Amino acid sequence: MELQFYHVLIPFLPLVGFIVNILIGKEVTRYGAHWPGVLTVAGSWVCSLFTLRDVLAGHTIDADLYSWIVSGTFKVSVGFLIDPLTAVMLIVVTTCATLIHIYSIGYMHGDTGYYRFFAYLNLFTFCMLMLVMGNNFLLLYFGWEGVGLCSYFLIGYYFNKKSAADAGKKAFIVNRFGDFGFGIGVFMVFIAFGTLHYADVFGNVSSIAGQRVDFLGFTVDLPTLIALLLFCGAVGKSAQIPLHVWLPDAMEGPTPVSALIHAATMVTAGVFMVARCNPIFNLSPFAMDTVAIIGAATSLFAATIAITQNDIKRIIAYSTCSHLGLMFLACGVGAYAAGIFHLYTHAFFKALLFLAAGSVIHAVHTNDIQEMGGLKKYMPITYAVFIIAALSAAGVPGFSGFFSKDEIIWSAYASHSSVGKLVWLMGTAVAFFTPLYTFRLIFLTFHGTYRGGHHAEAHGHAVTHSAHAHPAPHTSGHGAHDAGHGSHDPGHDTHGSGHNTHAAGHGAQGSHHGEHHIHESPKIMTVPLMFLAVGAVAAGWVGIPPILGGGAHFAHFLEPVLGHPEFHGTHAEEWAVMGLSTTIALLGIGLAAFFYLRKTDLPKKLAEQFSMLYRISFRKYYVDELYHYTIVKPTLWIANSVLVAITDAKIIEGIVNGVPGAIGRFSQSLRKIQTGIVEHYGIFMAAGAVFILALLYFMR
Amino acid sequence: MVPLSWYMVLSVIVFAIGVFGFLSRRNVILMFMSIELMLNGVNINLIALSHYLQDLRGQILAFFVIAVAAAEAAIGLAIVIALFRNKATAHVDDVKELRG
Amino acid sequence: MNHLSYPILSLLIFLPILGSLLILIMRRSWELLTKFIALVTSIATFLLSLPLFTEFDKTTHKMQFVERHSWIPNWNIHYFLGVDGISILLVLLSTLTAILCVLISWESITKKVKEFYISILLTTSFMIGVFCSLDFFLFYLFWEAMLIPMFLIIGVWGGPNRVYAAIKFFLYTLVGSVLMLVGIIVLYLYGGKTFNILDLMTRTYPYTMQLWLFWAFFAAFAVKVPMWPVHTWLPDAHTEAPTAGSVILAAILIKMGAYGFLRFSLPLFPEAAKAMTPVMLTLSVIAIIYGAVICLAQTDLKRLIAYSSVSHMGFVTLGIFALNTQGIEGGILQMINHGIVTGALFLSVGIVYDRTHSRLIVDYGGLATVMPIYASFFMVFTLASIGLPATNGFIGEFLILLGGFMKSKLVGVLACTGIIIGAGYMLWLYQRIFFMEVNPKVYGLPDMNVRETITLIPLIILVLWIGVYPNTFLSFMHPSVAHLLERVSSAGMQEAVAAKAVLEVIR
Repeated sequence: MELQFYHVLIPFLPLVGFIVNILIGKEVTRYGAHWPGVLTVAGSWVCSLFTLRDVLAGHTIDADLYSWIVSGTFKVSVGFLIDPLTAVMLIVVTTCATLIHIYSIGYMHGDTGYYRFFAYLNLFTFCMLMLVMGNNFLLLYFGWEGVGLCSYFLIGYYFNKKSAADAGKKAFIVNRFGDFGFGIGVFMVFIAFGTLHYADVFGNVSSIAGQRVDFLGFTVDLPTLIALLLFCGAVGKSAQIPLHVWLPDAMEGPTPVSALIHAATMVTAGVFMVARCNPIFNLSPFAMDTVAIIGAATSLFAATIAITQNDIKRIIAYSTCSHLGLMFLACGVGAYAAGIFHLYTHAFFKALLFLAAGSVIHAVHTNDIQEMGGLKKYMPITYAVFIIAALSAAGVPGFSGFFSKDEIIWSAYASHSSVGKLVWLMGTAVAFFTPLYTFRLIFLTFHGTYRGGHHAEAHGHAVTHSAHAHPAPHTSGHGAHDAGHGSHDPGHDTHGSGHNTHAAGHGAQGSHHGEHHIHESPKIMTVPLMFLAVGAVAAGWVGIPPILGGGAHFAHFLEPVLGHPEFHGTHAEEWAVMGLSTTIALLGIGLAAFFYLRKTDLPKKLAEQFSMLYRISFRKYYVDELYHYTIVKPTLWIANSVLVAITDAKIIEGIVNGVPGAIGRFSQSLRKIQTGIVEHYGIFMAAGAVFILALLYFMR
Repeated sequence: MVPLSWYMVLSVIVFAIGVFGFLSRRNVILMFMSIELMLNGVNINLIALSHYLQDLRGQILAFFVIAVAAAEAAIGLAIVIALFRNKATAHVDDVKELRG
Repeated sequence: MNHLSYPILSLLIFLPILGSLLILIMRRSWELLTKFIALVTSIATFLLSLPLFTEFDKTTHKMQFVERHSWIPNWNIHYFLGVDGISILLVLLSTLTAILCVLISWESITKKVKEFYISILLTTSFMIGVFCSLDFFLFYLFWEAMLIPMFLIIGVWGGPNRVYAAIKFFLYTLVGSVLMLVGIIVLYLYGGKTFNILDLMTRTYPYTMQLWLFWAFFAAFAVKVPMWPVHTWLPDAHTEAPTAGSVILAAILIKMGAYGFLRFSLPLFPEAAKAMTPVMLTLSVIAIIYGAVICLAQTDLKRLIAYSSVSHMGFVTLGIFALNTQGIEGGILQMINHGIVTGALFLSVGIVYDRTHSRLIVDYGGLATVMPIYASFFMVFTLASIGLPATNGFIGEFLILLGGFMKSKLVGVLACTGIIIGAGYMLWLYQRIFFMEVNPKVYGLPDMNVRETITLIPLIILVLWIGVYPNTFLSFMHPSVAHLLERVSSAGMQEAVAAKAVLEVIR
């Protein structure tokens, strides 16, 4: 099948939206900036549906638009590959993007940077679509860096705040570490295959099997090297250990951004890439095991952090880390389809969790769950969808998340992978923690009594704004709004990370958002939530495994790209594994209910009892501190003390200024001869003449 | 016929007066005149030898020297006037602008 | 050889000189007229250079638009001009830069206006001359003549420490150039009393001689590039020079070193170049990492960008000495890219310097709130400097790294670290200047005016054009680079063939 116009439109429509808003947004579209923004993305969604139809009809499209870079034997084009994997990603990206764009209309309402927000969101969608549609590694890299850039813009959206600007920069630079490996991986692919086009690379993949190359003095297995280098990129982009540190900080961005970029789409690019490159990974058991172990470790690690955090968005961020880990776990044991399946269901329930959290933040203007509580009677819709999302995330049977998670855990158990049993155990442990922290979040947020506004007496209204260190444009844009209405200020949701200003900020917060001010979000926000809720429940039904009477259509659909993993295991074992993980998940929910509904003072006691463990989890295993002291500080020290102060200033400048200095001193002594007195010169001349004459006379 | 040596002695005496004047005088104008004396001393020498050797090139060179001396005097005096305007002195000890 | 009916290269060289003569006879008080003459001259030069772009024959490596006239027959010196795929883009960049320099100085230069624009125009003329000359004598003339107006621009219109910077710049480059002069004379005597570069390129020189000459030329080019460790003139010169001076330095002048390597060092001394590759690659990698790390410690805006130039030019020399198609083409493209991006960054800094008269980073902050349009322009250039895909920086750096990686994996990996640090210092710079709370010192600054916007727009277009469709520019280079590589790689072969012949005779 030839490339159709609607295939090309998919990525370029959002680009048009971006161009319109960035060029004339400030003057023309302004608070109507969502029209170009939403319409173009919705257009992409429609085109994606047509594309899905083509792919379901059995077509695979691999076509070039134009040749991008040509240099010697190196040729790379801008072109699209549309196959089942792309189709799945297209549906995930465009569906989430469209719903989140619509949600943003309500969420960002009245923000001074409204047009800018939609412009960036459109640009992000463009880059993400290029990432999934590109037919070569360089376009993948293009999209990869592009989404990273948009993430940087959007995390630092409230750029007047130092924490937001810092978080954006951190995300970008941490990702650059991953991209460093990824970039080298791309070079190695070119060196190994002489091309970067997927079709040519994956078609000849067997030619590198077992090859050994010299790399930086080590002789290594070529497929393992390429796979691990590419995986470096995935570790950065998908926030896996040890490059996970940027994702929680990325919550500085507005909540729709967290939902779209840091949950549903961008962070899953790593999983997509690993799945896309599965022929290379399949050649290297070592690389596969690494992927599985890192995925499982991240999953468990992030889950244990999530149970002690108090910032609603950070909890969900760690949950995202954990789920991404599960996806890598699946890829690592060869069950790519299970990984992509989880990516697909996760996009729905995690976007829903974030957007629902955004709805909560929108109402109570704080990120701290200790300041919430009892919200279910004020926000019934949000509460309902939150519960649905949580059940899906926790893997309760019947919901989307259950099918994908179960498939991953079963694949881990039944695979031939040498680490299969180990990661299966870790995955099962995660299945316990996930419901625990998710329902802890729900019970603390929606149940019990409202805990905000305790410090009302201590702070007057005037203090509120100063305590919040509002970005300047916001204050000006919202002052009147706030006073009259007491809500609609998305600036607040970036609030959670500034630990020092926390207490003051929250105390003040309560003062003017009294309990009676809390209300459900507007329709423009709740309707997308409901659509996503449908996805969170039903999206997984396309992949019901045969054992439960389904056809595993999802895996079959992806089989041409991802292959069919060989499992060994009986039906009984499958039932047992499923039963175990489900029981454990329910146990997790029960425990959460026990701790946070029944014995509400118990968690505190436990935290004091095991203060060491609690602190390690609360401080996120001190990874940020570790990096600060081992990487950031030494680099700056080298730059400041060694290079500037010693090498450049002393050694090089010393030589540079020293040579002229020596010449200068020599000439200083010579200049004494020049007295400026004319008869001295005369005498010298006369003496010189006599000397020369004498010389001539005697030399004769 | 005056012998050649007389001319040469005269030339040496004129040149020596010029050198002495240049080194002992402090007034710029007088120093200039001393330089002229030195040049003329050389000229006498040139012309005497030209006549003695019956070679016209010596006399041509003397003309060159006179022309150069004239030009030098013109420029030199201009400098002296400029100096006098700026420093109100023609005394070389008061001028040390060229000191290194 | 020149299929245009007029001598286009001579026109490009002499039009700016004509303009400067015209300014010379202007009265000092006619400042506006002076500026307009400078602007019109530079625009006319640029328009005149466009036929180069459109009429260039991309299928041959031969010199095009050639002009050759006997000049000093006694010494066999010719007035010999021509361009090929290596130099043509640099000529075009020079003519474009001249316009931008005139525009950006419109209001910021207030003293000795006449002399300033004369210097700018003369510099333009000499720059074009350097890139077009095919006669060593003529080349050296332009190469050295270029220093004079540049020295004046830094020394007269520069910042507080301008005299130190100007003299340092002058002495540094002069020392290098003098060694090159010696090299040129040796070539002249050895190569049959000719200064014709094309002739000299076809000869082979004994290996030891090549080595000596390579280092003699290296002295001149390495200082201009500037390669580590002879880079310290650059931060001083950039920092003290007026905006236009920094732009010319960054965009054109430091490209001459890299151009020299390509035009002379590689084809004239191919075996020495090949033998010295490890040294050159090491110096390049040191420059990349050193320049980048030192940027992290800078407190002065222009100094930071100057050190980033050291890092970026390290990429260029890395690409050139990777000695493969990707590396060299990437290197040439990166020369253009760096000219565009760093030129644009200096223009941008100039724009804000005109308003605050401070180059210190701490004097800024929150500019994105005060000057949003300026902030978006600066962002594009920052991203291009980082090498983000779809900007020109990406294409250049990617090709260079690919070439470097194919040459030696270690070099490729080390150079990649430069990119990470690059992202670090540029984003940190951007954050400190544009983000966070508004610094009281920048409160109420006006955003860019029309003139400033017009200055930057061509550069934005080029950034995206090269990023999205680099083939327009890459296609100029293919035959010339292929020819150059052929010359370099066949050099060792000739020796081998000769050795084989000798063996045959002995047998």
